[in-house]
Amino acid sequence: MIKTALFRIKDKILNIARKKSPWVLHYECGGCNGCSIETFACLSPRYDVERFGMQEKGNPRHSDVFAIAGTVTAKNKDVVDLIYHQMSKPKVVVAIGACAISKGIFHDAYNSVGPVDKIIPVDIYVPGCPPKPEAIMDGIIKAIELLETN
Amino acid sequence: MDDKIPKCNVNSDISNSIPIGPQHPALLEPEYFNIRLDGETIIDADINVGYLHRGIEAALEKKDYVQSVFLTERICGICSSHHTIAYCGAIELLHGAEIPMRAKYIRTIIAELERIHSHMLWLGVVGYEIGLDTLFQLVWRDREHVMDLLEKISGNRVNYAMNKIGGVRRDLDPKILSEISKTMDIIKKQVIHYIDIVSKDNIVILRTKDIGILSKEDAKKYSAVGPVARASGIKYDVRDTGYEAYKYIRFDVITETKGDVFSKVVVRAKELIVSSDIVKHCVKHIPKGDIYIKLPLIVPSGEVVTRVEAPRGELIYYVKSDGTNKPARVKIRTPTYANLLSVKTMLIGHDLADVPVIVVGALDPCFACTDRVTILKQTGNEILDASNLRSIADKKYN
Repeated sequence: MIKTALFRIKDKILNIARKKSPWVLHYECGGCNGCSIETFACLSPRYDVERFGMQEKGNPRHSDVFAIAGTVTAKNKDVVDLIYHQMSKPKVVVAIGACAISKGIFHDAYNSVGPVDKIIPVDIYVPGCPPKPEAIMDGIIKAIELLETN
Repeated sequence: MDDKIPKCNVNSDISNSIPIGPQHPALLEPEYFNIRLDGETIIDADINVGYLHRGIEAALEKKDYVQSVFLTERICGICSSHHTIAYCGAIELLHGAEIPMRAKYIRTIIAELERIHSHMLWLGVVGYEIGLDTLFQLVWRDREHVMDLLEKISGNRVNYAMNKIGGVRRDLDPKILSEISKTMDIIKKQVIHYIDIVSKDNIVILRTKDIGILSKEDAKKYSAVGPVARASGIKYDVRDTGYEAYKYIRFDVITETKGDVFSKVVVRAKELIVSSDIVKHCVKHIPKGDIYIKLPLIVPSGEVVTRVEAPRGELIYYVKSDGTNKPARVKIRTPTYANLLSVKTMLIGHDLADVPVIVVGALDPCFACTDRVTILKQTGNEILDASNLRSIADKKYN
């Protein structure tokens, strides 16, 4: 009894810590780079995403939020899957842009195998071509809330 | 004393191979470098691209001319306007039509604003890669001025949809023109400040001087284009051919002689000043009149080639029309595709830590433009040479 109660308290403390400092992994898997530019613009002083404790980190094993942009190409399919499984739990996936949501303008390109949610489960969708940095930040903040409830 | 200390002899038979990519903290886009090391020194590099290949050239053949302009815009988010200038220019050439003068000036203004935002993005990323985060934050702060302008003009920050076949979609009113001119003054003042930082700061000098040297002979041999070629002393700029409004503008082509990453930084930083001057000139001398002419949906048959100077170098479009409302063939040669061949020469002989500086700093790569042929489900690596590619093309188009 005491043990389970202690574990619950530990989980709560961990969740608070996670909410304060989520690390974001960004991957471009087959779009026009527009969404990547806007995701990186979030780091600039105008938007300054670090005030929410977020940091853009390149290591999947350290990251909590997977921000993924672009339609998945045939060559990138396994890479996306691998990165997702390398991330430790709990993890949230944010699909950025029209291509990531529904293949967008590349719907009839032969080498695009599908929207992101066909390959890995997606939690938050940020629409736009490309979405503005404010929208991307909003999406990631919503992802953090989801991280807490997990 | 120093001579008596035994030196560590690295056995050249034992070499490590380090994979970099497709997902890597230093790379913004998926690409794969297999780098062979002797100690810390790079002795060989194998470059594997194609992760962003979507099949746009094939998809363009399924769309009519009006729809395909939107698809060419989304080949690359950073040089989207240049892609549409080249593509619309090709179709106008097939029609034999000349677009109104005001449209030409508006296209030039947007193209140069895009060059400014692309070069600033790159300068910030170089600062990020060499460990000078101050430069990254400074440059990206000022880049937002240009992004704001583009949003005010077109309503979108990245893919502006300004160009259409026969002209441009939106006019620039006097209020926005004066705002553009004011912003260019700010940009010019800030860029002079960056050049001051870049030429004096020890971090920049230590990380970029004598790194990734591309000699003039090698640049010619590997047919480098754009700022990469200009930093090696080749005075080659497609804007000199006088497409759009460049015919009526006099501007300098910036060149450097050394060909290392530092001279590439200097070339691109000075080009920012040139671009802001071009924009100011266009704003001052923009003529009055229509912004587009109506062209028929059916394009006469024929084949044309157009060239524009994208932020990364020469961008070539080949369009073949068979007299219908859909293009028969569109071939796109993007600048990074031409510059990528010279990467191996630049990498060999340097340290592993210089890989991101050389790849991102020297090349300013855009793999979304570049990625072409991918072969999947093959055992082992297959390398296609010119004759293989020709036989594939013959099979497809005959």
